[in-house]
Amino acid sequence: MTDTTILDQDRDAGFGDYFALLKPRVMSLVVFTALVGLLVAPGGINPFVGLCAILFIAVGGGASGALNMWWDADIDARMKRTVKRPIPAGKVEPGEALGLGIALTGFSVIMLFLATNWVAGALLAFTIFFYVVIYTMWLKRWTPQNIVIGGAAGAFPPMIGWAAVTGDIAIESVLMFALTFAWTPPHFWSLALFVKSDYKDAGVPMLTVTHGRRVTRNHILGYTVALAAVALGLGLTSIGGPAYLAVAVVMNLWFIKGAVEIWRRTDADSEADSHLAERKFFKFSLLYLFVHFGMLLVERSLIPFGLGGW
Amino acid sequence: MATEIRATHALHTRRLSRNIGLGVVLILFVGLVYGLTIAKVGTDPTDELGAPWAAGQERAAQ
Repeated sequence: MTDTTILDQDRDAGFGDYFALLKPRVMSLVVFTALVGLLVAPGGINPFVGLCAILFIAVGGGASGALNMWWDADIDARMKRTVKRPIPAGKVEPGEALGLGIALTGFSVIMLFLATNWVAGALLAFTIFFYVVIYTMWLKRWTPQNIVIGGAAGAFPPMIGWAAVTGDIAIESVLMFALTFAWTPPHFWSLALFVKSDYKDAGVPMLTVTHGRRVTRNHILGYTVALAAVALGLGLTSIGGPAYLAVAVVMNLWFIKGAVEIWRRTDADSEADSHLAERKFFKFSLLYLFVHFGMLLVERSLIPFGLGGW
Repeated sequence: MATEIRATHALHTRRLSRNIGLGVVLILFVGLVYGLTIAKVGTDPTDELGAPWAAGQERAAQ
């Protein structure tokens, strides 16, 4: 054996493996909702500074993804969905993910603070802390309400975008937070009802396993009703408007109808049509969030024509 | 005994993507800081640094 063969055995991660640590798919939701928060905020921001703010928020989200993968490498290795992530796949050392996560956390928080203001920087720091420490380290393996807590972390970006412009927290930004927050449980639990997951083997408590599918159906309905209240309430604030409200009324009625359907079904019904109602509800939930934030943008872009808002 | 040092080793090829990637990221970061500087320093007519500049532009136009 020569020196070179030892080097050959040492697998090196490519750039893409480090990028994968930042959970690029989750990042797309973060970028979209943060962008809406930033664009609908009163006042305005230099477009280049706004672009940088969105980028730093995205990098902060990526940093929390890397820290999550560092902490959860043991779980990820035991689940089919996550076994190909860079750490369980053996491409990136856990310590590298930890280092990258910490470095990008510091980088993104400080750069967002310098580019905008301390409120936005502090909110980003809190979001990363919340996702990594409160959710990943503490509650994820401990309570079946983990989805609810994780959803809170994912709901912060529009508040950060808003704060980047105004330097403040307002009822509008809190309601944008509440929209994603209340949306996450029905979204994930409807998925949990039709996807065979191996969370159980990995030791992560999921509501469907710990409390059964009946309780999960009840929870979906409860959160969907709460979500409707938030979505309609958001329409009555300064960033809402008739167009948003009209679309929200229709979408929420449809979403509640789907939740009631899921609630009334037994597992036997569900098995019989291979979870058709649950699948449709989950698919609609993706459209639901996209359209609600999209309609806020529409209201904002109608204002120059004297049409948007109240 | 004579260990030959070849110009390119497999190691270089394998690490190429992350070296280029890091280089691109650093260059983008430099551009970002430059852009932020331009955006934030003094040419905003609504702030105290930019007001004299905007007034000067106006005078020049006349």
